[in-house]
Amino acid sequence: MDAANQGLFDHTIATFIGTMADIAPIIAILFGFQFLVIRKRPPNPGKIAGGFVYVLTGLTLFLVGLEEALFPLGEAMAKQLTAPEFIYGVWGGYGGEFASHWYDYFWVYVFAAAIGFSTTVAEPALIAVALKAEKISGGSINAFGLRMAVAFGVAVGVALGSFRIVTGTPLPYYIIAGYVVVIVQTVRASKMIVPLAYDSGGVTTSTVTVPVVAALGLGLASTIPGRSPLIDGFGLIAFASLFPIMSVMAYAGAASWIRERRRKLGGENDVS
Amino acid sequence: MRDISKALKSFFRLLAGSARDLMPIVLVVVFFQVVVLQQPFPNLEKTIVGLVFVLLGLALFIQGLEMGLFPLGESMADAFARKGSLSALLAFGFCLGFGTTVAEPALIAVAGEAADIAGKGGVIADSGEAKESYAFQLRMTVALSVGLALVVGVFRILKGWPLHYLIIGGYMIVVALTFFAPDEIVGIAYDSGGVTTSTITVPLVTALGVGMASTIRGRNPMTDGFGLIALASLTPIIFVLIFGMVV
Repeated sequence: MDAANQGLFDHTIATFIGTMADIAPIIAILFGFQFLVIRKRPPNPGKIAGGFVYVLTGLTLFLVGLEEALFPLGEAMAKQLTAPEFIYGVWGGYGGEFASHWYDYFWVYVFAAAIGFSTTVAEPALIAVALKAEKISGGSINAFGLRMAVAFGVAVGVALGSFRIVTGTPLPYYIIAGYVVVIVQTVRASKMIVPLAYDSGGVTTSTVTVPVVAALGLGLASTIPGRSPLIDGFGLIAFASLFPIMSVMAYAGAASWIRERRRKLGGENDVS
Repeated sequence: MRDISKALKSFFRLLAGSARDLMPIVLVVVFFQVVVLQQPFPNLEKTIVGLVFVLLGLALFIQGLEMGLFPLGESMADAFARKGSLSALLAFGFCLGFGTTVAEPALIAVAGEAADIAGKGGVIADSGEAKESYAFQLRMTVALSVGLALVVGVFRILKGWPLHYLIIGGYMIVVALTFFAPDEIVGIAYDSGGVTTSTITVPLVTALGVGMASTIRGRNPMTDGFGLIALASLTPIIFVLIFGMVV
């Protein structure tokens, strides 16, 4: 085994042990309640145990792969896109002055939106919730459509969150305004979609999204003069968990509007 | 033999699905590296091996989800509902919330950074020991709040309360507390709601909620089954804001 393979092997073993440690308390709680309180064997215990082995192995490979391939690249990109040299290079600079307008960071916003969208599409927890929702709704909620809606919300949220760090405007203004929009949408939305929309806010920010988005926030806050990475670097995750709530309710509204319209059009055709 | 080929076929379908899910990331990374930053790929070989790992891992995880996590969550929800013991169910909710959050790596990282801010801002002494105890207390606060969220959420499913009253009420508390909490803690508090829900907790908790709502008569899995994750992402914001005011 050469050095690179040895490194990968060690990394995989270390991650496997780490994942085991993470799910040990969960297994302990499940076992404890299963044996002490429920006192009944679940159906197919062998299959469930096999499922846990799959989850453990899958999550380990997933994390190792992310840490080997994606996180170093994503973090390096976030750093390079927010570095003064890059912003000079693109915009020609201001005679050595650092870029001082919010629109000088054009590529940062594009990157923020693109990385927010694409990491959310790959988020395993979101896939799980979307599968469940499709099954329970009897197919009236489409798993793929739901995930696209959530990913779009995260994209807008992370881009807007980057704009906030660049301009240095206070975080609570944005979040409180977001809450107001969510409340207005809740009143108008179908009662079926509201709980799922609220849940999708929490599931988006997980294994894939958090490290890359946090690196972006930290990079931005440490480059821009007057921002402190410790204080202004926070907040992107909050944006990424608030905006999907809005986009999912909007998606459900749009989907039912289109269905309604199609039904009406279909009806007219029948008459003629 | 037929079984094996059937299993292989379904695994290939999963792999194809995972490839589709990972495609956007690959496209974004390639576009920014080649077109925007105009740089060669460092360590192309390592990146490709990593992507193969990610692909296999995602497919295995989803297979395991359908085999293990979902059925177990549902069968436990069903068993609790049949047993009819409210205190056992609430205790289970609390343990699941607290136990899965307290060791969450993302939370440990955020708590450590928060302690750094508090140390630099003069809220606590700028020493290793003070920071460690601050980070520990913060983690306990968040874990307790997630445990409490699941207790409230499970109780809500039993009673059939509409979720949005709880969430909108929670938003109002967050807004009110924001005015009184120190500025340094606000960003951390808002972020802490997002980092608590991990990849294993989410499917399990979702299956529990949906399973309960499907078993209990008069509850609808869509309107009553979802919502546990939403509560678990809201209560940490409230508790961390209070933590910032008290400490």
